[in-house]
Amino acid sequence: MSAHILTRSLDRAATAFVLIVAAVGILIPLSNLLLPQGSFLQVPTYLVALWGKYVCYAILALSIDLIWGYCGILSLGHGAFFALGGYAMGMYLMRQIGSRGVYGNPLLPDFMVFLNWDKLPWYWYGFDMFPFAALMVLLVPGLLAFCFGWLAFRSRVTGVYLSIITQAMTYALLLAFFRNDFGFGGNNGLTDFKDILGFNVQADGTRATLFALSCLALIIGFLICRAIVTSKLGKVLIAVRDAESRTRFLGYRVESYKLFVFTLSACMAGVAGALYVPQVGIINPSEFAPGNSIEAVIWVAVGGRGTLVGAALGAVVVNYAKTFFTSGPLAPYWLFMLGALFILVTLLLPKGIVGTFNSWWEPWRAQRVAAAESAAREDGITEPNPAE
Amino acid sequence: MNVMDTRATSAMLYLDGVHVSFDGFHAINNLSLALEPGEMRAIIGPNGAGKTTMMDIITGKTKPDEGTVLFDGVTDLTRLDETRIAELGIGRKFQKPTVFESQTVQDNLLLALNVDHSVRGTLFWRESKAETERIQKVLETIRLTDARNRLAGSLSHGQKQWLEIGMLLAQDPKLLLVDEPVAGMTDVETHQTAELLKEINRDHTIMVVEHDMTFVRELGVKVTCLHEGTVLAEGSIDQVSSNERVVEVYLGR
Repeated sequence: MSAHILTRSLDRAATAFVLIVAAVGILIPLSNLLLPQGSFLQVPTYLVALWGKYVCYAILALSIDLIWGYCGILSLGHGAFFALGGYAMGMYLMRQIGSRGVYGNPLLPDFMVFLNWDKLPWYWYGFDMFPFAALMVLLVPGLLAFCFGWLAFRSRVTGVYLSIITQAMTYALLLAFFRNDFGFGGNNGLTDFKDILGFNVQADGTRATLFALSCLALIIGFLICRAIVTSKLGKVLIAVRDAESRTRFLGYRVESYKLFVFTLSACMAGVAGALYVPQVGIINPSEFAPGNSIEAVIWVAVGGRGTLVGAALGAVVVNYAKTFFTSGPLAPYWLFMLGALFILVTLLLPKGIVGTFNSWWEPWRAQRVAAAESAAREDGITEPNPAE
Repeated sequence: MNVMDTRATSAMLYLDGVHVSFDGFHAINNLSLALEPGEMRAIIGPNGAGKTTMMDIITGKTKPDEGTVLFDGVTDLTRLDETRIAELGIGRKFQKPTVFESQTVQDNLLLALNVDHSVRGTLFWRESKAETERIQKVLETIRLTDARNRLAGSLSHGQKQWLEIGMLLAQDPKLLLVDEPVAGMTDVETHQTAELLKEINRDHTIMVVEHDMTFVRELGVKVTCLHEGTVLAEGSIDQVSSNERVVEVYLGR
């Protein structure tokens, strides 16, 4: 059963993608840890953390591509699920600080002491246990997406209307998390993390491991998405994207399909956020900013919507460009450049990098296969001759 | 589901006293119609006669203000949604061919097959021999075997119409609603489509909406003429086309 799903999911491009991510996930940490510092091939720790961030963004992009590229659901609020996963992880990391905080309170995180709270709010219970926090990383974004999707898809909210309410959702969460009395650190968010599962979050070894785990999560997320889009379910999703009411008249319960992928996608975004937080060392309400979600959609558009590999590639390429340009003299113009990039891609490369590459490559390969076949046929005719 | 205790009528499809109005415009006005099992019925009528609205009502897209719509003598269709009605066995071909353009002909038919339509069922779906054979058979019926791996979007207009009829066949409904199947087709294609529908009629009940009189004549079935949302005349094509009021409606008074 699982074997046939795997063979179906892994075509040549998908296999190449998995191998590349696996190679990166193994080689970069090894080079960082084993090679002498300052050596030409040694990847410095700050780069490991930076690339770890990109990999988390790639997972987020993948989750957006699953619903947008394949099912036509344009969520402009996916950053919210990412941030919720991040907060769940952040709460675990906060509780690991214990009495090492500035105020030395063994139970309450610093910001609660600062606000003169005398006991831990009920919703912080359990977050001192990693398995519970890990469960919440999946459950909180998943549950929100399920409730949101259940209401929206059942009422047949589609297109721009859906996009707008997803924006409203992330904006509402942004405002809520900004409030001090909401209990998540307000404006400052959660930071000053000390350790994760007993390992120092700042240590090279921990950072390298987190990087490798992010790559592993990217691979697993990619395989799950591939398994879905190559199944019959994937065909139904594309049918919903292209002709929703037609799909309904064939007897498919469209809202169930949308709800399924939307919830799954939110869980993936949550995992991405949870891996992101220990690597960047902070989570604050700005992660809920509507702009973040829109940026994530741009990564997918640039890389190529409905290609999965393209989404991951787009996230890395755009974020690399962001790091490159925002650290130079062009920094004030980055948002203009991002806007221009989006417009240019929409006009010139509507299928994105990978989509455009495929539309050049596929006919060429088909031609080559056809040529090989006709050559084989000619061989078949000429071969018997020597025997005669 | 809303099922009556006893069969109210022998008809496959039974409409009685149906009214629909959109913002005061009476699209359907006291419409009553009955289709017997195994029958093929042609529906004609000038633009705005309510033909498409009638199909919308039967398939659950539009809810009537009043009236009865019974399927198979027991099921009240006015209370069900599109998905449920499709599951019951009513298939619909739209006026404008709507196939899944970015998927292959074969996949279009696969999607239409009346097998498990649940999320779980499709996620863990595996190709079975029986399904492949059914798709093969439909491909032969609609003469698209050679185009099976082509994208539906690359088909000609006529081929798309056939593919959509093929999708209906794969769905294997008890009742087929076919909206303007020959619009935009060449004479040869029109003739072939008539043959195709007759073939399908051997084991399906069909309702065809069509403007093309040559085509309706070729089908050789009972004809119902709608006008202003109500039945104007019913009978053979010769009876209907010689009916004075039908002539009046079509030619204007």
